[in-house]
Amino acid sequence: MLAMLTVSAQTPTQPPAPTQAGRGGRGGGGGGGFANAFPQHAPSDPAMVERGRAIYGVNCQFCHGSDARGGEGGPNLIRAEIVLKDQDGELIGPVIQNGRVDQGMPKFPMSNAQVADIAAFIHSFRVAGYDNSRMKPPTILVGDRTAGEAYFKIKCASCHSATGDLKGIGARFTDPRALQQTFLMPGGRGGGSVPPTTVTVTLGSDQKIEGRLVRIDDFIVTLTDSEGTQRTFRRDGDKPHVEIHEPLQPHKDLLGVYSDKDIHNLTAYLVTVK
Amino acid sequence: MKNLLASFYAFATIAMAQGPLDPSLLTKPLSDSWPTYSGDYSGRRYSSLTQINQSNVKNLTLGWVSRVSNGPSSFGRGGAPTITGGVATTDSSEAGGGGGTSIRASILEVNGILYFSTPDNAWAMDARDGHQLWHYYWRTRGGTHIGNRGLGMWGNWLYMETPDDYLVCLDAKTGKERWHKEIADFNLQYFSTMAPIVIGNHILVGTGDDLDEPGFLQSFDPETGDLQWKWYSVPTKKDDPAFATWGDLDTAKHGGGNVWIPGAYDPETHLYIVGTGNPSPAYMDSPGRKGDNLYTCSIVAINVDTGKIAWHYQTSPHDTHDWDSTETPILIDGQFNGKPRKMVLHASRNGYYFTLDRITGEHLVTSKYSDTVNWAKGLNKDGQPMRDPEKDSTVPGALVSPNNGGATNWPPPAYSPDTGLFYVPTNDSYAMYYLTETDPRGAMGLGGKDELSVGSLGAYLTAIDYKTGKIAWRHRYPGTGGNLGNGILTTAGKLLFAGDLSGNLVAYDPANGNILWHTRLGNVSNAPETYLLDGHQYILIAAGDTLYTFTLY
Repeated sequence: MLAMLTVSAQTPTQPPAPTQAGRGGRGGGGGGGFANAFPQHAPSDPAMVERGRAIYGVNCQFCHGSDARGGEGGPNLIRAEIVLKDQDGELIGPVIQNGRVDQGMPKFPMSNAQVADIAAFIHSFRVAGYDNSRMKPPTILVGDRTAGEAYFKIKCASCHSATGDLKGIGARFTDPRALQQTFLMPGGRGGGSVPPTTVTVTLGSDQKIEGRLVRIDDFIVTLTDSEGTQRTFRRDGDKPHVEIHEPLQPHKDLLGVYSDKDIHNLTAYLVTVK
Repeated sequence: MKNLLASFYAFATIAMAQGPLDPSLLTKPLSDSWPTYSGDYSGRRYSSLTQINQSNVKNLTLGWVSRVSNGPSSFGRGGAPTITGGVATTDSSEAGGGGGTSIRASILEVNGILYFSTPDNAWAMDARDGHQLWHYYWRTRGGTHIGNRGLGMWGNWLYMETPDDYLVCLDAKTGKERWHKEIADFNLQYFSTMAPIVIGNHILVGTGDDLDEPGFLQSFDPETGDLQWKWYSVPTKKDDPAFATWGDLDTAKHGGGNVWIPGAYDPETHLYIVGTGNPSPAYMDSPGRKGDNLYTCSIVAINVDTGKIAWHYQTSPHDTHDWDSTETPILIDGQFNGKPRKMVLHASRNGYYFTLDRITGEHLVTSKYSDTVNWAKGLNKDGQPMRDPEKDSTVPGALVSPNNGGATNWPPPAYSPDTGLFYVPTNDSYAMYYLTETDPRGAMGLGGKDELSVGSLGAYLTAIDYKTGKIAWRHRYPGTGGNLGNGILTTAGKLLFAGDLSGNLVAYDPANGNILWHTRLGNVSNAPETYLLDGHQYILIAAGDTLYTFTLY
């Protein structure tokens, strides 16, 4: 399998969506798809794929789509059982040559070589739910800028200012989606810097220790004090009393308040804050 | 009489040391042994053992520790022989993104021996001291290595599913392979994680798939591995009554509904009651998916003798967020509206809890157990949440709770007849769901969307009253992150054991959630279990690659 991986890597990539790994190659966790854990066809001779593309375009594309994911009446071929089990046309061929007349598919009198070319073209598509080559979403900017500005004044302006801390925020993000994620939860998937969560531990009647929260569970709390020293305290119920200060709490509170329209309007406004 | 019986069982246990599984154990209430995934068929994970109880749990102490390691070599791993099987010609233990050894399985305890698994690996271990007896390693051809939920046992034989779609039968005494059978087509991207469930002479086996392939439950002969029946969770023909809930047959036949977590079994009705997975493509509202998409995201009752469906109840009609209903249902006998009733309890990944009649499937209770859940417009007349299409994935993004991981997930829930409460780990999470494939014909499987996490407002150990669906109590895990625990055990000692989110094994009072005992293991990775050996009760827990037991001296 390692050998196949090497061969794949040395084969020139080919349009439209080259395979990423040889059969049985190591899967990645990427997005939870694990698609590389499953068989993918090793790249075929690019000349075969090109000949196959031409034959497919003339004979198959109308019904099955230019990307083989289904078209006028014909099903998605990429996920079809026969295609998934096929190696180089031995299973696809009889369907093409005999047709499926009861399901409306005519016979195509093709040679075995032509069938092999079509198979090479269909197998050139990566078989996976996640396919980054297809991820080209249109702009997410659909909101109303003016409504977003009005919403900002009501819900955000008590902490933030478009001429103060957020000045130029629209220019700092090239991807509006990252900006949207950032105002929803700063420091999360959109990035952005966040003030630390702090904690106050009350030991005696007057002894309060404050610092950055490192970790907490029902039995222990750890903070970093102003000297940079980590200190851990055993917890037994409410002793010592522990108070967490979550700077993002207003953002969390808004999650149950926003409508999606409010979010989109805010994004439309914030991208214009230069 | 009770003592007499106890001595008889103690004698029987010693006499049968390392012997085959007595099948009658499977239909008895959970006690000294742990012979199947949930301990017994009910799925309650309620042990009748009382030696460890509220009055002495504070004295619980370490029994033993034992560490295991995935892979082909037994060198430096306790000296137990590794037996290698599998269909791959080269060793590809790295295939499928396996990573380190993490025991995310239920562990069988039968006649003083523990049997457990990780993807491609199985072990037998002495339950008295953690000494390894044998290790079996399956050389894989790939497949999603996301987890393995445990082994099934029939007589002296063990059954394991592999990520590359084999059912492997092992000799429980030696770990030697008896046979292996292919249970799903690897080219169609099936992968197999479920713990096989043994009922009579049926080995029930489920599989997963994240491409657009149909889900099914299969029954195999325990001696030969021959297929007895195969039940598809989506229609494969137009005359299937479920076809009316789909737009077209090609979509229905590629409609998902995988069965990847064990269900519960009712010996009186011969019904195996199990949850099914999401429809596929998971996030697309394509014309072919028009309708409720039966039997995806449903609790279904399958007759184990015939493989035919007796009833169904769909907990997420026309799901568009990959929220499986596979979480193990729990069977209880109890009072409902003043009358005795046989019921199923189920908390779904979509944030809703259900009580059903388990004989008929009749709906009794629905409630929302996560405060933040916002994807439904209320309940219909059958108590099913009605999807709000505006909370599907959209190009500009929809803020949805729960996130894809769900308000709960596969980690086993539990029930205690002492409190009448159903216990489940829960998470109040939000995510933005972005549609990235505007051509609904295009995306397959889990594709076509990008889910970006926004965060959690709190994670809990939640106790639900099955009569009303209301939350009786819940314990919030401190801190600002959110996740789910790994499952729950209750006992007649009036105790509830569960791992928290920080790597502590904790004993709670099941009546109110008060903490009674804890110890920090660092990384609790499965649901706690319990067994009784030589007159001593043990609490058993996995933390990554290590098993721990706790007992009283």
